[in-house]
Amino acid sequence: MAAGVGTVKAQIAHFDQPLRLRGGGVLPAFDLVYETYGTLNAARSNAILVCHALSGHHHVAGHTADEFGKPTANLGWWDNIVGPGRPLDTDRFFIVGVNNLGGCHGSTGPKSINPASGKPWGADFPMVAVVDWVHAQARLADQLGIDAWAAVMGGSLGGMQALRWTITYPERVRHAIVIAAAPNLTAENIAFNDVARQAILTDPDFHDGHYYEHGVHPWRGLRLARMLGHITYLAEDQMAEKFGRKRRPEAGSYGFDVEFEVESYLHYQGDKFAGFFDANTYLLMTRALDYFDPARVADGNLAAALGVARAGFLVVAFSSDWRFSPARSREIVHALVHNGQDVAFAEIESEHGHDSFLMDDPHYHAVVDTYLKRVKL
Amino acid sequence: MSAAPERADFDLIASWVQPGERVLDLGCGDGSLLKRLIEERGAKGYGVELEDAGVLAAIGNGINVIQGNLEQGLAGFEDQTFNHVVLSRTLQTVRHTERILSEMLRVGREAVVSFPNFSYWKNRMAVMTGRMPVSEDLPYEWFDTPNLRFFTILDFEALCDKMGLVIRERQVLDEAGSQVTEEPNFLGSLAVYRLGR
Repeated sequence: MAAGVGTVKAQIAHFDQPLRLRGGGVLPAFDLVYETYGTLNAARSNAILVCHALSGHHHVAGHTADEFGKPTANLGWWDNIVGPGRPLDTDRFFIVGVNNLGGCHGSTGPKSINPASGKPWGADFPMVAVVDWVHAQARLADQLGIDAWAAVMGGSLGGMQALRWTITYPERVRHAIVIAAAPNLTAENIAFNDVARQAILTDPDFHDGHYYEHGVHPWRGLRLARMLGHITYLAEDQMAEKFGRKRRPEAGSYGFDVEFEVESYLHYQGDKFAGFFDANTYLLMTRALDYFDPARVADGNLAAALGVARAGFLVVAFSSDWRFSPARSREIVHALVHNGQDVAFAEIESEHGHDSFLMDDPHYHAVVDTYLKRVKL
Repeated sequence: MSAAPERADFDLIASWVQPGERVLDLGCGDGSLLKRLIEERGAKGYGVELEDAGVLAAIGNGINVIQGNLEQGLAGFEDQTFNHVVLSRTLQTVRHTERILSEMLRVGREAVVSFPNFSYWKNRMAVMTGRMPVSEDLPYEWFDTPNLRFFTILDFEALCDKMGLVIRERQVLDEAGSQVTEEPNFLGSLAVYRLGR
């Protein structure tokens, strides 16, 4: 594979006009941290916004620079699809990755200082919805001088943002690439999110969300939330193949220590995640997922909700994704067909469950690449 | 996906589509028929394709292609939303023959179906000499054919009769793509139908 985008550096955009939020709250001012790859053309017509999922952020591609400008090992979460000659070809497109409001990677979120109290927002950070993220991203587009995106793209919760963009700013999105997403969450999905949140909310170190002031972090709850989430991002066959019933070398205690490889893996993933992610952000992001339902204002009629969209759509789903199954993507597709809107749909054979959208699968990447080659600048 | 360069039935189908009409092409392959209908006839087109290679090629052709399996019917497509639902040289590869024909006339006002006529005289000759036919319209060997159903013009019309489908128009072509008027079940290599309820 060709080399990627190389060493990258995040930037911060400041916005001092208040942002009214769907949930009733107001952010008097806010920051968004973002990265860009490639060059914005003179016509400003080659920009692609990449929206992140539950635990993602602005660092989409390349290696983060250290304080001396040297590359670190910190590789972007979707590096395999962004770069010269890759589907999101930085020789042709200008790619923007942004950390959403409520995040914990530099954009204004629960860890930020609440100007009203001089202390971290914590649990007082207002509830944010997908549409709020889209409004904030639109302000960033304004600041970057981008009237309309060539494409807005994302997987999972990121795909929901792409969908929302086409409804909220139809004239500002020429193409939407909606991957491993759904028009809303099922009851089962909300149930998983609830268990994850309960793990955090009932952690003794949670302190009603004001744990920063206590110098602690509800990492046990966050760790459990991530372990549960992680199971739902994988597929049963994949877990069977990867771990099966394999035991750890030190197994044999007939106790409750780590005996099976799958436990070891989950513990590792949970520990790693709880070490850098913020519990309040996890609560906010899962809630934004639960509430996402653009058809709600149209009495559940998705076609009616999507009717205003002017974008062309590429919808992609993965065969083994049971968290956001292909059938959910087909709901989006058929709503668009109902309206006579432009849509292509690919269902990719994959064994990696919901996480498939992050994998470097040749056919999947060829689909995105082929679609984007069609996009006129 | 078939590699046939110029399909004679495409000319006929194109002549049946009026500007602005909605067309659903089942088994659309790389979308070449839809591309033609969109460019020449101003149609609004969607395609359904099962194979990855076809889906990829159709996306490259700018086609509204939806990956899906015709054996599972046309779930998700709403009733009577297309002017024409096309099944070009694909019916013989579908196991659930009656279901797909019913589904076509559920989502569309008209079904356009073309298929190779197994009782074309050259096919009959091949079987007479003891070999399975390989021809312009049946271009596969018996061991690599995607075809599941082998039927004739008479067989198909009997099925239409049984299902209560109305044949609005029938055109029969020989291997060169020329129209056949006499003895179609013997002289015709490819049959193209417009069906309604």
